[in-house]
Amino acid sequence: MSDALTGLTLGGARDRLEAGEISSLELTEAHIAAMEAARPLNAIITETPDHALAMAKASDARRARGRVGAMEGLPIAIKDLYCTAGVRTTAASNILGNFIPSYESTVTAKLWDAGAVMLGKTNMDEFAMGSSSMFSFVGPAISPWRRHGDDRDLVPGGSSGGSAAIVAARAALAATGTDTGGSIRQPAAFTGIVGMKPTYGRCSRWGIIAFASSLDQAGPLTRCVTDAAIMLGVMAGHDPKDSTSVDAPVPDYEAALHDGVKGLRVGIPAEYRVDNMPGEIDALWRRGIAWMAARGAEIVDISLPHTKYALPTYYIVAPAEASSNLARYDGVKYGLRSRHDKLIDMYEQTRADGFGAEVQRRILIGAYVLSAGYYDAYYLKAQKIRTLIADDFRAAFDKVDVVLTPTAPSDAFAVGDKADDPIAMYLNDVFTVPASLAGLPAISLPAGLSGGGLPLGLHLIGKPFDEATLLCAAYALEQAAGFEALPGSVTP
Amino acid sequence: MSIDKATVANIARLARIHVAEDRRAALAGELSNILGWVEQLGEVDTDDVAPMTSVVEMRLPERDDVITDGGCRDDVLANAPETEAGFYVVPKVVE
Repeated sequence: MSDALTGLTLGGARDRLEAGEISSLELTEAHIAAMEAARPLNAIITETPDHALAMAKASDARRARGRVGAMEGLPIAIKDLYCTAGVRTTAASNILGNFIPSYESTVTAKLWDAGAVMLGKTNMDEFAMGSSSMFSFVGPAISPWRRHGDDRDLVPGGSSGGSAAIVAARAALAATGTDTGGSIRQPAAFTGIVGMKPTYGRCSRWGIIAFASSLDQAGPLTRCVTDAAIMLGVMAGHDPKDSTSVDAPVPDYEAALHDGVKGLRVGIPAEYRVDNMPGEIDALWRRGIAWMAARGAEIVDISLPHTKYALPTYYIVAPAEASSNLARYDGVKYGLRSRHDKLIDMYEQTRADGFGAEVQRRILIGAYVLSAGYYDAYYLKAQKIRTLIADDFRAAFDKVDVVLTPTAPSDAFAVGDKADDPIAMYLNDVFTVPASLAGLPAISLPAGLSGGGLPLGLHLIGKPFDEATLLCAAYALEQAAGFEALPGSVTP
Repeated sequence: MSIDKATVANIARLARIHVAEDRRAALAGELSNILGWVEQLGEVDTDDVAPMTSVVEMRLPERDDVITDGGCRDDVLANAPETEAGFYVVPKVVE
């Protein structure tokens, strides 16, 4: 029974709750048990089973009174970057190891208002800086997948790796993530699930611990495109507390899913065919193109000429914003304080003790590119190239409706790999970063397996605020791909 | 652009992160690698390009300049490492 409950999609569980076949309490209990069984994955930093049971009971009571939200009674996990009132929120950092917010992020508040149930707070790269979820103060999150003939632990990708691992392991129906340069989409690709980054401004950033404010977006990690549509519909919407949140109506994403892709113009950017791209990634991409064509889409070759500059641009802009955002961790207002009798020494020791190596590296890079004499050469230059990258997409979207690319340049790597080579790690995001810099919505969905038996993702990029078309295209691709593989630990 | 140990010490000071003397050389190497890699942006002609200031095309919202929140001192102080009589406590700053 409980396997059947944890194997459901959000949509499937919603329908069974609605039909009265199961209660939220049963569903939640099954997921708490699955979450406990999944502890070896280190996917959760803080489990909140008592919270979950209370929310599930309250949900069942609401349903009995006829009040049913869009995610009523559905147990999900929350990335530990979202502030949750009264529940420890760490950003996977020692510096916030004991931080208990007194307020709730707007997006999680919307999820609870819609009836969702919180199972726990998921592991991630510290302050969302990373592509592996290795750089966490509680140690690495681990993927439920294994490469054929190789029993090494694999990364679930990052930074939303704990969210991806727990959803892939069938221990949460869905999870929230945040995406700054690929932090939802790359983990989704590595773990065989769907991850969506909406348009910048679509979801409120209020109450989400900031990394790079001009790039950060909230989004869902789910097991299918329909679930992404359901969950995005709840997470999205205007919030006066975030001045970059856009006041635009949120369409019914689920309703538009089945419109089909006949006549949809799908752009294939020449510049994404990067040097030394593995053959199986290229083959997957070609299959994706063929699937879209077979369903009546029009395939259009396009050019995004500044693509190769996106990653170095990102690694100026994001650290610069991070160095500014993370200045608030000073050992005074909240978080860790290292004892010292001089104020400046206290600041410096607190930040040395509280931040991990990659976070320190990015703060230092950011401080450097913003410092006197270098601002124009680095930061201003990067913001100009960012304009060119956005212009590339703008020109392309005159000719096409969506852009199709691979999500990541490889399948998942082993825990510990690339840990000492920041640039090799950064290259994971080569296909996801351009859409982030341009603020565009994008989605990754599982589309096949690598030679090693690991999931590979296809990536669709859409026009600003046209998540509906993006989801519709993703749904068509999902139907064509028919991806049904499960990690070894999960019984179908 | 290559960064030396003195530059590391300087930016660490700016960023208020203590970097021990024996870590500076290694960090100088790591940061130099990253900065060397971003140097390729120099190839791009950006003479007549405006820097991006807003990711999405929108007008910044305005609201009346009135207090909308507050009166929650204890909440604000709840996570502070050290407080006294409703204030944050820091090491002595003025001799």
